[in-house]
Amino acid sequence: MNPLMRGMTQPRTRRDVFRLTGLSAAGLALAACGVQGQKVAPPKADAVADYWAKQTKNGKVVFANWPEYMPEDKGPLERFKKDTGISYEYKEVIQENAEFFGKADPVLRAGQPLGYDIVVMTNGIQLQHMIELGYVVALDQSKLPNFQANAGQKYKERAYDPGNKYTIPYTSGVTGIAYNTEYVKDDITSIESLFDAKYKGRVGMMSDAQEIGNFGMIALGIDPEKSTEADWKKAGEKLKAQRDAGIVRKYYDQSYIDAVSKGDIWLTMAWSGDVFQRQLAGEPVKFIVPEEGGTIWTDNMLIPKGAANPVDALMLMDYLYQPAVAAELDEFIQFVTPVPAVQDLLREKAGTAKGAAKKALEEMVDSPLMFPTEADYAKLRSYTQLTTQQEQVFNPIFQSITQA
Amino acid sequence: MRRLTPYLLALPSWMWLAIFLVVPMAAMASVSLQTGNAIDGFAMTFSFSNYADAIGAYSPQLLRSLLYGGLATVAMLVIGYPVAYWIAFKAGHRKSVYLFLLLLPFFVSFVLRTISWNFLLSDNGILFGTLKDWGLLPADFHVLATTFAVVGGLTYNFLPFMILPIYVALERVDPRVVEAAQDLYATRAAAFRRVVLPLSLPGVFAGVLMTFVPATADPINAAILGGTSNTMIGNIIQTEYLTNLDYPTASALSFTLMAVLLVGIFVYARALGTENVLEAAAR
Repeated sequence: MNPLMRGMTQPRTRRDVFRLTGLSAAGLALAACGVQGQKVAPPKADAVADYWAKQTKNGKVVFANWPEYMPEDKGPLERFKKDTGISYEYKEVIQENAEFFGKADPVLRAGQPLGYDIVVMTNGIQLQHMIELGYVVALDQSKLPNFQANAGQKYKERAYDPGNKYTIPYTSGVTGIAYNTEYVKDDITSIESLFDAKYKGRVGMMSDAQEIGNFGMIALGIDPEKSTEADWKKAGEKLKAQRDAGIVRKYYDQSYIDAVSKGDIWLTMAWSGDVFQRQLAGEPVKFIVPEEGGTIWTDNMLIPKGAANPVDALMLMDYLYQPAVAAELDEFIQFVTPVPAVQDLLREKAGTAKGAAKKALEEMVDSPLMFPTEADYAKLRSYTQLTTQQEQVFNPIFQSITQA
Repeated sequence: MRRLTPYLLALPSWMWLAIFLVVPMAAMASVSLQTGNAIDGFAMTFSFSNYADAIGAYSPQLLRSLLYGGLATVAMLVIGYPVAYWIAFKAGHRKSVYLFLLLLPFFVSFVLRTISWNFLLSDNGILFGTLKDWGLLPADFHVLATTFAVVGGLTYNFLPFMILPIYVALERVDPRVVEAAQDLYATRAAAFRRVVLPLSLPGVFAGVLMTFVPATADPINAAILGGTSNTMIGNIIQTEYLTNLDYPTASALSFTLMAVLLVGIFVYARALGTENVLEAAAR
C-alpha cells in the first residue's frame, strides 16, 4: 500500500522525471517509423504457377471456421480423411469478421503464419482488405475440378472476387427479419415493421455497420450495391430517427438470436440459418425476407498467406463441392449451398426417409431460403463494395448510431 | 561486485517493465500522432489534432464512462464496506470460508458471469418472468438494456476488488483499540467514526483505485447488458482498433482515458488527505 501511494502522491525528484522522459523519448524514436502499409498488386499468373509448383501434399490440413458450421460428427471431414488419407484439425475460431481480421492482421503483416490452412470469411470490407493486402494465396484453378463442375453459376461470378482468383464459397445466407410468434401476432411482411412505433423498445437491429446500413437503404428503396454517399447519409437519418423514437432496444451481434427466442425483443434483423436451427429446437421464431428485399451474403474459403499445407487445403476446398458431401453439410447447417445439385439429393433422401426426418427434409427441399429461386434471388441485394476511403466515410455514419 | 548484486537481481523486472510497458506505451504514443489508414500505412505527422478530433467525437461516451464508473464505485463502497466489516469483526473463525465464498463466482470467466446476468435478468426469464406471472410487475418492465443494468453489472463484477482491500485494512485494526475508545466513553457510533473508519481509509483508498479504474474502462458490461445509449469509452476504443483499424484514434482515446483517470486519482488522493492516509497506513 505505502509505496504505491507514495509513488502516486509525492512529487518525484527532478532527476527521476528527467530519466523517465529520456526513456519515453527513446521509445518514441524507436516507434516513430510508423506502421507500414502493405498494399500489393495482384500476383502475375506465372508467379502463382511457381508458388503451386513448389508446394507438396503434407497429409494434414487445419480448417478455421465459424461455430455451428459443421455437423457435430464432422461427417464431411471424416469422409475426406477416409478418401484422401489427409488428417484434419477443425477449429471454430471465427466469431466475427472484423474481430478476426483485427487479430489476424498484425500476424500476417509481420509475415508470420496464422496456423490455419483454410479460413472462412464473409464477403465484405475485411475480406477485401485480406485480398488487397496480399494476405490470401491465389488459387490454382486447375486443381478445382469439383468446383468447376458443380458450383452454381452465381457462385462462380462473384463481384468481389472475379474469376474465383482467391476464394471459393463455403455457403451463402440471407439477412432478413426474424420475429417471435408468441408476441407478434401479425404476419410480418415489410421492412417497415422494424420502424413501427407499435413495437417500441422491442426491435433488434444489427450493430455491424454494413448490415444495418443495408437495411436502412433497403427501407428507403435504395439498392445498397449501387448506393452513393448521399444515400448512406439518408439511411443514417432514417436509422437515427428509429433510434431516437425509442423503437430499437439494442444493436446486437450474434446474440440477437437468444434475445428474440427469449422474447426480450419481438422482431429483429436476422441471419436465415440461425433461425432455422432455433425452429428445429422448437422455439417460436419465424424468418422472412421483407417484400422490399433482404441481403444475401456469402462466406468464402481462402488460404491465408504462409499456410503450411496449401495443397491439402485446396483439395479439401474442392472436395466440399462433391454433391454428396455438400448435401451432408447443408442438411445440417441449413444455409444456402453453392451446389444446386444438393436439392435433388435431399429430395431423394426425403423419398426414402420416414416420419419426422422425412418431414424435415421435405421442408428443407421446399424452403426458398435454402434453395432460392430466380424470383427469390431477385429480391436479394448484395453488400456494397467500399474502397478504404469510402469505408472511412461509411463506418462513422452508422457507428454514430449504433455506438452513441 | 557485491554492490552490483541488487541491481542485477532487479534487472529482470526492469527489463520486463521496459519491454512490456515502456516500449508499448511509447509505440502507442507515437501511433496516436500518426495519420493514414491500415491499407496504405500510417505515417508520423505529429498531428495533435487526432486528440482534439477523438475527444470531440467521443466526449459523451467518455463522460458517461466516468459517470458509470463513479456510480458503480459508490455502490460497491456502500455494499462492500459492511461486508468487509462483518467478515473482519463478526465472522469469527469462519472468516476464510466467507472470503472463499466471496471469491467463488470469480473462478468463472468475467464474460460468462456477465452473460449469465443477461440470462437472469431477461424480460421473461426466471426472475422477472415469474414476477410478471404473479402480476407483481407490469408486462413491459425490463432491466436489461438500461443504465441500471450496466452499472449493476459493473458493481457486481468488481465488488471483490473493493471488499478485499477494505477487509485487509479492517483486519489489522486491533479490537483493543476499539475497547479503549469505549472505555473512554465513546459511543459505539463514535468509536466507529473516530477510530475504525480512519484506520480503514487506506483500504478504502486502495479499493476505490482498484475498482474505479477498471470499471470506467470496461467494455464488456455495456456490450452485454446495455441498450442503445449505454456505449462506454471501452467499446469505442475496441471498435476503433478491431473494426475500423483506426489505430491513431484508438491510441489517442486510450491516452486520453489514462490522463483523465490519473488526474482524477490525484485529485481524489488530495481530497482524501494523503497525509492522514499515509500516517494511518504506516501505523
